[in-house]
Amino acid sequence: MTANLKTLVWVEHDGSAVKDATLAAVTAASQLGEVHLLVAGQGVDSVAQAAAKIAGVGKVHVADDAAYAHALAENIAPLVVELMGHHDAFVAPSTTTGKNVAPRVAALLDVMQISDILSVESADTFTRPIYAGNAIATVQSSDAKKVITVRGTAFEKAATEGGSGEIEAVASQGETGVSTFVNAEIAQNARPELTSAKIIVSGGRALQNGENFHSIIEPLADKLGAGVGASRAAVDAGYVPNDYQVGQTGKIVAPEVYIAVGISGAIQHLAGMKDSKVIVAINKDEDAPIFQVADIGLVGDLFKVVPELTEKL
Amino acid sequence: MKVLVPVKRVLDYNVKPRVKADGTGVDLANVKMSMNPFDEIAVEEAIRLKEKGVTEIVVVSIGEPKAQETLRTALAMGADRAILVTSDTKVEPLGVAKILAKIVEEEQPQLVILGKQAIDDDNNQTGQMLAGLLGWGQGTFASKVELGDGVVTVTREVDGGLETDSFKLPAIVTTDLRLNEPRYASLPNIMKAKSKPLAQKTAADYGVDVTPRLTTLKVVEPGKRQAGIKVADVDELVTKLHAMGIAR
Repeated sequence: MTANLKTLVWVEHDGSAVKDATLAAVTAASQLGEVHLLVAGQGVDSVAQAAAKIAGVGKVHVADDAAYAHALAENIAPLVVELMGHHDAFVAPSTTTGKNVAPRVAALLDVMQISDILSVESADTFTRPIYAGNAIATVQSSDAKKVITVRGTAFEKAATEGGSGEIEAVASQGETGVSTFVNAEIAQNARPELTSAKIIVSGGRALQNGENFHSIIEPLADKLGAGVGASRAAVDAGYVPNDYQVGQTGKIVAPEVYIAVGISGAIQHLAGMKDSKVIVAINKDEDAPIFQVADIGLVGDLFKVVPELTEKL
Repeated sequence: MKVLVPVKRVLDYNVKPRVKADGTGVDLANVKMSMNPFDEIAVEEAIRLKEKGVTEIVVVSIGEPKAQETLRTALAMGADRAILVTSDTKVEPLGVAKILAKIVEEEQPQLVILGKQAIDDDNNQTGQMLAGLLGWGQGTFASKVELGDGVVTVTREVDGGLETDSFKLPAIVTTDLRLNEPRYASLPNIMKAKSKPLAQKTAADYGVDVTPRLTTLKVVEPGKRQAGIKVADVDELVTKLHAMGIAR
């Protein structure tokens, strides 16, 4: 099913490469119609080149300006609004940037945004999770233009090769002057990113402290080439930084294997990982709710079991 | 300096949502309702800013008349006065943002602190929309808020870690989980809150058209996962994982 809209997809990037979340958004947009991309940033030639190769892409609008260097929503939104003069739908991945920018765009266009879609049913009808994914709503939009964010785990990733998009520079709308980037502490992590990892090992409060998280969870993850996640409890307790959090308000993941260690399985955590293909749970409490969703459960003391598992795998 | 804090009444965080059999939504009859947890964090942050020059905290809720209870909770926590805006229809984030923009015009706050998302509809839109309508800066997903001279500096939880941005006042801030731990209202404060001012308005009073733009066609339960097997020990777990082609 493909509708007949002209879409503008926000390209999430790190200044040099296109992020995977973009590829799922491209797939969602392709179900609505023609896919055009927006690459905004400073010195983003290589990103634009890579974006143009994404399969099925038409025009790649490139806004290269200091105003867009840090993707501040206050500066990006007027740029998107300008481009939406000749597009029907703005489609952004549900990344923190997408979630920051899209509603501002929607308000400026007087459109009610459809957040975090799981599927495209038709040009105006979508499914989306509500109540931490405990219910799935089918919603129909009456707005002439659509503003949509896309859940990355719900759509296949578009191929990064095979496209021949036409790169077109767009004029900068300049700075609005209401916001200034100060600094960023972005974790430098050799492990796979959570949202694209094939295997994830996640730890919970039962780890007791950051050192244990480090000495128990990370060796298993490294043995498996896995990404490392955490429950909200582990993040709140300061064992690991916020970008590890999997759940309703953290990252939504769907790896091939999700290994939950010492995580009880609150609905807010399940909301972030229950679409994983295989869930393995290790917990000493045999009644922990995580076992209700786990394909393979092992009741045991994680301090004994996990090092043994790391060794035997 | 005045701070405006919008709050929403939602299904309590600890209650498991049940989809209604007729597929029209989630059953909210006879279940515990509470203030959206992110909004509690917003109220708490406003109260903490009182030690740094904030003189008045106005809380506002838009929804059914029972949202008054949520406002009383905010007043008991330490807000000074409340505005209840009732509406016969469900008001979407866009409509909420438009009403809030009108209230901002009247109240002239320097800061509006909102929860980053409500745990019922999980939209994560209202703060950004309000900022867009007002042309203000938006410090979203805040884990730290510092008021300076004419600016607010916000540390934001982003996918890769933390990002700090500064915003000219007036500005919007939306709260993330780790901004603070909200206080419980004490019994004396709950009693005191009953006599704090609460103005009652309707959406029509603000001349805002809140006709929904989205129609919910149906609401269903997601596909359920079946519990799988339990293994006896690590050796059996390793065998199972290998049989699935993992870590071989």
